Amino acid sequence: MADTGVAETLLRWVEKADVCLLPAVQVISAELRSSKHWELTGEGTEIAEQGSHEARVFSSIPLEGLAQSELMKLSFGKIGFSKAMSNKWIRVDKAHEGGPRIFRTVENIEDQVREKLLLVQRGNSCELEEKEKNELKKRRLLSEVTVKSYWITKGSSFSTTVTKQETELTPEMIATGSWKEKTFKPYNFEAMGVALDCGHLHPLMKVRTQFRQIFLEMGFTEMPTNNFIESSFWNFDSLFQPQQHPARDQHDTFFLSDPALAHEFPQDYLQRVKRVHSEGGFGSQGYKYDWKTEEAQKNILRTHTTAVSARMLYKVAQQEKFTPVKYFSIDRVFRNETLDATHLAEFHQIEGVVADYGLTLGDLMGVLHQFFTKLGITKLRFKPAYNPYTEPSMEVFSYHEGLKKWVEVGNSGVFRPEMLLPMGLPEDVSVIAWGLSLERPTMIKYGINNIRELVGHKVNLQMVYDSPICRLDS
Amino acid sequence: MVAAPFCAFKCTVSGSYNRLVGSFFIVCWRGLAANMPTVGVRRELLFKALGRAYTDEEFDELCFEYGLELDEITSEKEIISREQGDSKAAGASDVILYKIDVPANRYDLLCLEGLARGLQVFKNKLEAPRYRRVRPVSGESQKLIITKETEAVRRHAVAAVLRNITFTQERYDSFIELQEKLHQNVCRKRSLVAIGTHDLDTISGPFTYTAKPPGDISFKPLNQSQEFTATQLMSLYKTDSHLRHYLHIIEDKPVYPVIYDSNGIVLSMPPIINGDHSKITLKTRNVFIECTATDLNKAKIVLDMMVTMFSEYCLQPFTVEEAEVVYPDGKACIYPELAYRKEKLSSEFINRKVGINESTEKIAQLLTRMCLRSRATGVGDEIEVEIPPTRSDVIHACDIMEDAAIAYGFNNIIRTTPHTYTVANQFPLNKLTELLRQDLAAAGFTEALNFALCSQEDIADKLGKKISETRAVHISNPKTAEFQVARTTLLPGLLKTIAANRKMPLPLKLFEISDVVLKDETKDVGARNSRRFCAIYYNKSPGFEVIHGLLDRTMQLLEVKSARGDGYHIQAADVATLLKPPLHMKSLCRKSSSTSTPCKTNPGRLRPPALLIQKLCLVT
Repeated sequence: MADTGVAETLLRWVEKADVCLLPAVQVISAELRSSKHWELTGEGTEIAEQGSHEARVFSSIPLEGLAQSELMKLSFGKIGFSKAMSNKWIRVDKAHEGGPRIFRTVENIEDQVREKLLLVQRGNSCELEEKEKNELKKRRLLSEVTVKSYWITKGSSFSTTVTKQETELTPEMIATGSWKEKTFKPYNFEAMGVALDCGHLHPLMKVRTQFRQIFLEMGFTEMPTNNFIESSFWNFDSLFQPQQHPARDQHDTFFLSDPALAHEFPQDYLQRVKRVHSEGGFGSQGYKYDWKTEEAQKNILRTHTTAVSARMLYKVAQQEKFTPVKYFSIDRVFRNETLDATHLAEFHQIEGVVADYGLTLGDLMGVLHQFFTKLGITKLRFKPAYNPYTEPSMEVFSYHEGLKKWVEVGNSGVFRPEMLLPMGLPEDVSVIAWGLSLERPTMIKYGINNIRELVGHKVNLQMVYDSPICRLDS
Repeated sequence: MVAAPFCAFKCTVSGSYNRLVGSFFIVCWRGLAANMPTVGVRRELLFKALGRAYTDEEFDELCFEYGLELDEITSEKEIISREQGDSKAAGASDVILYKIDVPANRYDLLCLEGLARGLQVFKNKLEAPRYRRVRPVSGESQKLIITKETEAVRRHAVAAVLRNITFTQERYDSFIELQEKLHQNVCRKRSLVAIGTHDLDTISGPFTYTAKPPGDISFKPLNQSQEFTATQLMSLYKTDSHLRHYLHIIEDKPVYPVIYDSNGIVLSMPPIINGDHSKITLKTRNVFIECTATDLNKAKIVLDMMVTMFSEYCLQPFTVEEAEVVYPDGKACIYPELAYRKEKLSSEFINRKVGINESTEKIAQLLTRMCLRSRATGVGDEIEVEIPPTRSDVIHACDIMEDAAIAYGFNNIIRTTPHTYTVANQFPLNKLTELLRQDLAAAGFTEALNFALCSQEDIADKLGKKISETRAVHISNPKTAEFQVARTTLLPGLLKTIAANRKMPLPLKLFEISDVVLKDETKDVGARNSRRFCAIYYNKSPGFEVIHGLLDRTMQLLEVKSARGDGYHIQAADVATLLKPPLHMKSLCRKSSSTSTPCKTNPGRLRPPALLIQKLCLVT
């Protein structure tokens, strides 16, 4: 490599390509060898030539002494003075007439600093101890220099012509066909790609879409649940939930002050509901209490979407001839509850309803099995439970492999005859139904611990951006 | 070697998608978890009553089968240490307690006695006892005379006597605890029914149930050393952590209910407190039980529960001495009712409803195990079922059917698929919403999800409007200002979302399609939902054209042309929330025939006040 131009180019090339290019190309292979040595700094060189500042101070002081002010005028005066003082080479007579005056205190001095620097200059730095070198480095008289050198040999695809690697394929290359001769810079697969500028759907809504899909796949028709305000009549009374039931308490339910009361009910149906609550009938003993229309009129924010199911079933009952129906809904419900990390005053309820002749409890279990299988949950068992408007009522449990125990995943039941018969449904029609919340499965699916990060304005938008697609069964 | 010119790398997805989803769904059907009473029993006493020991797992399994839930295994010590700290728990008992959740309608399972009895019968180890009402040996039954003054406050009362009962500390504790459980549940925190129990040997009948002005009632209440008037008591109990919850029941009434014995001794001032004079002790042998009520049916149930549960400890187990209640009109009733009701149903009915195929005899056996003594009558597949006074929850044949299913074992029922054939339909409004959401996200906007409830300020003051101008529905009992009204616009929610996410890189582009609620006289409830679409662009530089572009894109998606007359166009308008004209505009569009799109939109720049309140500085 006699030609320095080539050497320089090669060096530049090697250094730039150092990270990833060279090993792949293998035109040449370069081995990095670095060495270190000590050099004098500018100040160090000056000292090596003229002596240390303190030595120069010493030698500039005549026997009769020198005024301090005079000494300070010299370039080396200030630094040299303090060093010479600490070496006890000189003394100051502050009381001298005409201002402080400096005198020599010793006859001769030995300028060790200069001696050491001269050693280094002559390339004998190894004779100095590390401690001494560091001391001089501290005084900025010495510096340590690293020399990087490359040991270059021919690579496996050595060539005497240097071709530049392309980073991008351009239309010109394709047009001219030059891409065939080009080499391309490989991609760096360790780095992330560019974050795209895109919109995102909310995770809870993604899960809702999947639940909708499951119901639709199972042939369930969506109920119109776009009525958050409901009368107590449809929310409770029509479901045979007595008027003193704790759920109807101010502590549990949001009541409205405006509009406070609902004003329109199917009157004959209302009378039948009143009768079944207060006196019984339809094979029931009833609750035997004084049922009040005023209580039923009270408007509330619906506490469950089952209120809509009741409206829909009433509608079905008004048809001339009963036809079987399968209904579902996923929408907001409201509870006047104490809030915490898993409870909000509003949440989404998922509900499924099947009405047909002769449905059995076994049918309900079968439908639930199919529904939960679509969610990827196959191990189910059922626990007897109590619910004012279903009998039998069953809590649905699934086996949690992680917790090694059965956990509750939903609630279900067969609607009571006291609810269905006053509506006018045929006696041999059974209605099976189940419900669960949308928030909980979403929190589990997306690993969210605090519901406020998911729902409401305190949502973590980064979480929304980062959330994957929703496949419930895998 | 030529590197591939195109981005041909292999995508390897690491991590498993097989996470178990769906565990821990929270139940949202009303009336269950929230209202399920929990009964605490000592494990050793329970096992003694059950005649055998169980492992915790075995007992948990038994509970599951029967419809109970072993909620917690704990001890008094653990409870105190958890609630009040370790130091307080030092001396407490570490006897193991089972906390068992009981269905809200099974009042007969609210104490150790009832639980053990129910489970023993279920396990075929015990025949359900027959509860009998008996005449007193003396021939003279205790009398409770109701005066007409009670009509103004609490008109009903029932009574009974437990004769020759033997209390132990455990039985006594359970007796007190059952009253408390009944008070909290069926009695609706004493508002429907209040129970008073008295040492009959300290008082003498006939008793008078009357109502008097509070100043005229004076007695020494339970666990106090001096007499108080009712007025004084009401202020004394204002600060009582337990009793203060019941004061409101009678506080505003002109007269308070009170029960006297023939010597003028106060038995109780229901529903607040009993007199100290007649209080029950471990030495009490004869107990007078009175229940005063606003709901007679519930009072009868509660009295039946008290006597059926604890007559077990009488000299003649399961017998209850009757008492006579005389109404103001002279009508006399004998209590407790302890009514056994007989129902007839067919085994075919049960088989058909449950989806099983069992013989009539087998089904009668199943029901008998649920404390519903049953027999095949021999007439076809007819079964005669006797509903005991403890099972007030059985009010319809479907309740009997459920008990048969429980005894059969829910998990032994074969799961079947109904043959119901139906064609699914989407709700058109939701279908449109689903489709539109997808394309709005594709347009680069991110979906927000905000609460339907908010404060008045959110929808009025902060937007520069008056609350009276909105058609908002108002909530009468919000616990905090966050739940004063239902939103009438989606904008406040989106602004708050931005305020809470100001640390995110700009621009923020958000949208929401959801329901707002508006008053509407034409609806049966006087209000209706309205589906809205709202979008917001938040950046340092103005971006009206972005929102304008989104509006155009939305109209394009909805097949509404940009044209005056038959399409949509934008015109200037003055909206309080937005900056003054001509910086904001109103767009109008005719309802297109095929879709029910909102016909008015308000794109524009928000006025500074709306922004300042939200602590934002940049919004277009």
